[in-house]
Amino acid sequence: MDLIERANKEAVRRMLAGDPVLVDVIPAEQAIPTLGERMILHAGPPIDWARMCGPMRGAVTGVACFEGWTANLEAAAEQAAAGAFALHPNHHFDAVGPMTGITTRSQPVMVVENRAFGNRAYCTINEGLGKVMRFGGNDEEVLNRLRWLRDDFGPAMGAALREMGGIPLKSLVARGLTMGDEMHQRNVACSGLTLRHLAPALARVTQDRDALARALAFIGGNDQFFLNIAMALGKAIMDPVRGIEGSSVVTAMARNGTDFGIRVSGTGDTWFTAPVEMPEGLYFPGFSAADANPDMGDSTIVETIGLGGFAMGAAPAVAGFVGAGAASEAGNFTRTMAEITLGENPEWTIPALDYFGVPTGIDIRLVVETGLAPTINTGIAHKEPGIGQVGAGVVRAPLACFREALLAFAETLGVL
Amino acid sequence: MSGLVINEVRRGFYLDSVALMRLSRGIAERDGVEEAALMMGTPANKRIMDDAGLLTATGQAAEGGDLVIGIRADSHARAKEVLQEALSELDKPAGHGGAAVQWRPRTTRAALKQAPDSNLALISVPGDFAAAEARKALRRGLHVMMFSDNVSLAAEVALKQEAKTLGRLVMGPDCGTAIINGVPLAFANAVPRGSVGLIGASGTGLQEVSCLIAQGGGGLSHAIGVGGRDLKEEVGGMTTLMALDALDADPGTKHIVLISKPPAAGVAARLLERIGASGKSFTICFIGASDLTLPANARSVDTLKAAAEDALGGVALGVGFDPVMMAARAPAGRGAVWGLFTGGTLCAEAQVIFQAAGQVVASNAPIPGASPLDPGGSGHQLIDLGADEFTRGRPHPMIDPTVRDDALVEALASSRVGVILLDVVVGFGAHADPAGHLAPVLTAHRRADGPVVIASVTGTDADPQGRTAQAAKLEAAGVMVAPTNADAATLALACLGCVPGRDPTNRSA
Repeated sequence: MDLIERANKEAVRRMLAGDPVLVDVIPAEQAIPTLGERMILHAGPPIDWARMCGPMRGAVTGVACFEGWTANLEAAAEQAAAGAFALHPNHHFDAVGPMTGITTRSQPVMVVENRAFGNRAYCTINEGLGKVMRFGGNDEEVLNRLRWLRDDFGPAMGAALREMGGIPLKSLVARGLTMGDEMHQRNVACSGLTLRHLAPALARVTQDRDALARALAFIGGNDQFFLNIAMALGKAIMDPVRGIEGSSVVTAMARNGTDFGIRVSGTGDTWFTAPVEMPEGLYFPGFSAADANPDMGDSTIVETIGLGGFAMGAAPAVAGFVGAGAASEAGNFTRTMAEITLGENPEWTIPALDYFGVPTGIDIRLVVETGLAPTINTGIAHKEPGIGQVGAGVVRAPLACFREALLAFAETLGVL
Repeated sequence: MSGLVINEVRRGFYLDSVALMRLSRGIAERDGVEEAALMMGTPANKRIMDDAGLLTATGQAAEGGDLVIGIRADSHARAKEVLQEALSELDKPAGHGGAAVQWRPRTTRAALKQAPDSNLALISVPGDFAAAEARKALRRGLHVMMFSDNVSLAAEVALKQEAKTLGRLVMGPDCGTAIINGVPLAFANAVPRGSVGLIGASGTGLQEVSCLIAQGGGGLSHAIGVGGRDLKEEVGGMTTLMALDALDADPGTKHIVLISKPPAAGVAARLLERIGASGKSFTICFIGASDLTLPANARSVDTLKAAAEDALGGVALGVGFDPVMMAARAPAGRGAVWGLFTGGTLCAEAQVIFQAAGQVVASNAPIPGASPLDPGGSGHQLIDLGADEFTRGRPHPMIDPTVRDDALVEALASSRVGVILLDVVVGFGAHADPAGHLAPVLTAHRRADGPVVIASVTGTDADPQGRTAQAAKLEAAGVMVAPTNADAATLALACLGCVPGRDPTNRSA
């Protein structure tokens, strides 16, 4: 018992000590030298092509075309089925990706450095809403946007960040929370704050006025621009918490559209998985729950650090949007998540909850004991490849993987 | 079990057992419903529902953290309708329309964060989980009241030992009543503060004595429940002894009353030794116990009424109540007394009165000297309807008075029954209107030459149901209402011409 308490104290200390700074944008193969040809990183725990859901298959085939590994989507699908691509989780390469989470060598990735611990985490640039690769989109429009991000926007943003010495993210998130963001479903404030920081440096490093205007408009027109930054930030904060002997703190939650997986500090890098659940939410006109793909993406790293569904109280608007109930009940989500966490973040506070700090450090023991599964705010992809986002909602992490993790954790301590 | 049963399972939907019991009753009361229950899907509860003919494969698949709704109705359509109503009851928000919904903590840990000054946890979860929750509360420095039953004796002993080391009180398990610092917990009544401290292994015993003390103008410092098994040899009276220490040290407590079934001999000896070491005065009411060797500062009484009178310094209760005169107004009874009690200790007290009057009495919960129940027998039968055999799969009759209906109707129709003896227990936690429930049943089934019906009301006028109002409803339905449960038993005997202390064969009528 003492060992667990000490280990968890250390885990929470490391989480709160994290000092994430957005420092650069570089090609993925530069950030992750082992990311080679015909290698595709995806969201969630490990999965092979045969078990992949529709939108993730759509993204795999799309990115194979984007990387020039195949001529068209059909060929890509055949090759994928034949095992021509090495498929790995982002999490195994210091990376995270939203929804399908597809990351390949030539895509630009944002670099978040945790200056307290020296580690780095990576995430691709958010493509915007609608038909995009993270929701399984893979047509020319989607691929052209990825090319622009790779050739123009990514290098420019990287240069700007290097020029300005990076953007400290901890205080930016703190301000975002006071402005109605929870950093998963809603990133309006943080995206705007990022643009405010980035704009002068972007102007200094971009010669072409039209290119500058397009870059600024891209950020300004994407309410979810900050999501991918928040995800890299989450990964950068949680990685130093991995592998603390005796700690029952969750270090990652991630979904591949088929399985939901968690990792726990005291059980190292083992994934504990269970079938993903269906989100409950609101759908874009013309779509319904019948079109929805089950829960997907590495974005639950945001909940892992106490944001997203855990910070719902900061974003009452989200509570209404995702059909989670009345806006006045938003705070209940946050308070309920405090039932399964070890502490509160003294810097990330929610004014409407009398500056209650976001619930920090998910303890698998508390999840199993209370039967309260982490609440996740999420986008909803169409279940078929190539269609994209159809809605947004709230989903629960499946309890089974927490139970499984707890048994394995107990085994590491010799109590089973 | 002729009707159609449907089950619905709500995964991971938790409500505490008192809330569910009350809800179950509301649902079961609806037209066309034969039986209904809402329970957490623990193995024990599922067995209960199965036994009650309320479990289908759907409910069988539920786990401990899932809520199972079982409804048996006269048609499938009706069952489904009522299920929908039950579900909407569950979903009905607790708060006021439009106002922000109050957040309720789901764990002791979170509750303590919200109310860090708390010093007591009331635990009412399924028995399988109760000991674990109690332990968590103790380790967070809280005293514990365990309303839950079905906790193993070994778990009770371990908990109480741990509590003793921590200097915390474990009231229970199966502790139905306590009043701490004037705060009523679980089944309790609104009684004034005062200088009498109660310690009781019996819930209705505590309720009757506290209400009678209030009736006699006194008040309570605290009423501490200890749970039905505390005075067994295995538990050794650990909580009772700690409660004695606490009340002995409490400057607000001048006199202490101990209420229980007869304790194990070794435990009784330890208790009396501890009492002898106190500078305060004591009333001992071990219902049905024979001779005790008491220390000088303690007096022993046989009934709850006598316990209250002694605690009040000799004030007589029920002055003006004359059972013989009252009995003379009632048609002379023939046959036996059937007592249908919702309170176990009230049933025991009635047995004491009957025995003192030289009457042979049978009961499903016999006190020493009473005989076990003989369903075909023609003698007096005093039945505790709160005993396990009646509450399996159903709420306690203090919450759900319908449990008594069938027996009451049978008694009203029986030519063997001369007098029906009832208790009506009100207060916090009890049914909202038990007398209002009884009255129409009595009116509908009463025969002109049928049994006399006698009752008493355990409660105070400060209770939500109001003692006087409840008594008035009973009287309007033709019930003779006695001022105390003991008086009601005496009146029952008087109606049959068996006045206490006299030879029952010497009928005055």
